[in-house]
Amino acid sequence: MWRTATLVATRDETPDARTLVMEVPGWPGHLGGQHVDVRLTADNGYQATRSYSLAAPADNDRVEVTIQRVADGEVSPYLTDGLSLGDAVEVRGPAGGWFVWRPGDPGGVLLVAGGSGIVPLMAMIRARRAAGSAAPFRLVYSVRTPEERYYAAELDQLADEVGGPELAYVYTRTAPAGATRPAARIGAADLPPPGWSPDSEETCFVCGPTGFVEAVSALLVSLGYDPRRIKTERFGPSGQ
Amino acid sequence: MGVFSPGFRGRSVETNAALPPGQHETRDFPVLSAGPTPHVPLDRWEFTITNEAGHKTTWSWPQLLALPSQTPTVDIHCVTSWSKLGTTWRGVSLDALLEDIDTAADYALIHSYGGYTTNLPLEDLLSGQAWIAYEFDGEGLAPEHGGPARLLVPHLYFWKSAKWVRGIELLLEDEPGFWETAGYHDYGDPWREQRYQGD
Repeated sequence: MWRTATLVATRDETPDARTLVMEVPGWPGHLGGQHVDVRLTADNGYQATRSYSLAAPADNDRVEVTIQRVADGEVSPYLTDGLSLGDAVEVRGPAGGWFVWRPGDPGGVLLVAGGSGIVPLMAMIRARRAAGSAAPFRLVYSVRTPEERYYAAELDQLADEVGGPELAYVYTRTAPAGATRPAARIGAADLPPPGWSPDSEETCFVCGPTGFVEAVSALLVSLGYDPRRIKTERFGPSGQ
Repeated sequence: MGVFSPGFRGRSVETNAALPPGQHETRDFPVLSAGPTPHVPLDRWEFTITNEAGHKTTWSWPQLLALPSQTPTVDIHCVTSWSKLGTTWRGVSLDALLEDIDTAADYALIHSYGGYTTNLPLEDLLSGQAWIAYEFDGEGLAPEHGGPARLLVPHLYFWKSAKWVRGIELLLEDEPGFWETAGYHDYGDPWREQRYQGD
């Protein structure tokens, strides 16, 4: 069923990405990694629907998505720039029962994000914290430049907490001054081999553009991770 | 009653009759899959149909290529709302593969290398509606798009067109596959917008 979602807050994550906080009466809740369908209706009745990853656990009826502005996109520029506080769209969901982390799932969790692929993985990190879970979490986050990181301050703060997730950045174009790792595409040395968590049955979640997901999931298989424990989600060019 | 989006015009004001409800056209070929891409050496590739009595019929890669092929041009519709119109494939019709199989089954469960499964009624694989496809746009099918061979059943949402297809299990009772167990629709007709359970 479609529900009315009212925009109640926005946050700019980068010059190209904005988080929308929406109030959705009756929202049934969701798991980290799930997505929501968003539908726009023009005054002539034309409708356009896109699927977006939820960025955080539900806060009662409040849900968050982070949307990357696709320059010639049909829907994303309207959502990031055309929508004002108090405006409404329609949403349906949550959807997706595979690329999800449930608090209480056994074993360590390796998250590997490429660019805007961080969004569903951030939802898992936030869900872990909200649940007070001590599950071992590691995030490897590949971005072109430091400025393109989403949620940078929050991630750094979480990583500093006792029992917080371990965090490593991979910069592919420009590394920050003083970085020991030169800017380069992600490689096997950027990923921990299996067995890094105490209970060692790690599950990997990989999200990003197709080429990134292909490369990283192949690296993880070659490092010895069980392919059945590597879950992938790809943001195709028109997935936005 | 709906919620209107003031100032939203959308891209296509006139409706494209080839697009099912809620779909938009893409010229790219996005990739969606749940895990790592399996790489299956052709000398070890095989395709097996197992009937409800457990009898197996298997084709090797050269045996598949030796069968008469067809080149369907079809529209494909992904549940994530993109559609790609007028795609051209080469493959073997399931009518040919199922012709000599002795079965009274009503259902099929498709199995892939890598462990993926999806289910559909057997009749949806027959009557020129489904192929084991091994070329896309005149080229060998790339691994990320399901190569060496995938099921092509374009009248249903594209998750039914299992990549890296390894076999078909014929069943007397319907058995949900991977996405069908994870909340997606059992049948998945794009024209009736059967995306999720309950649609």
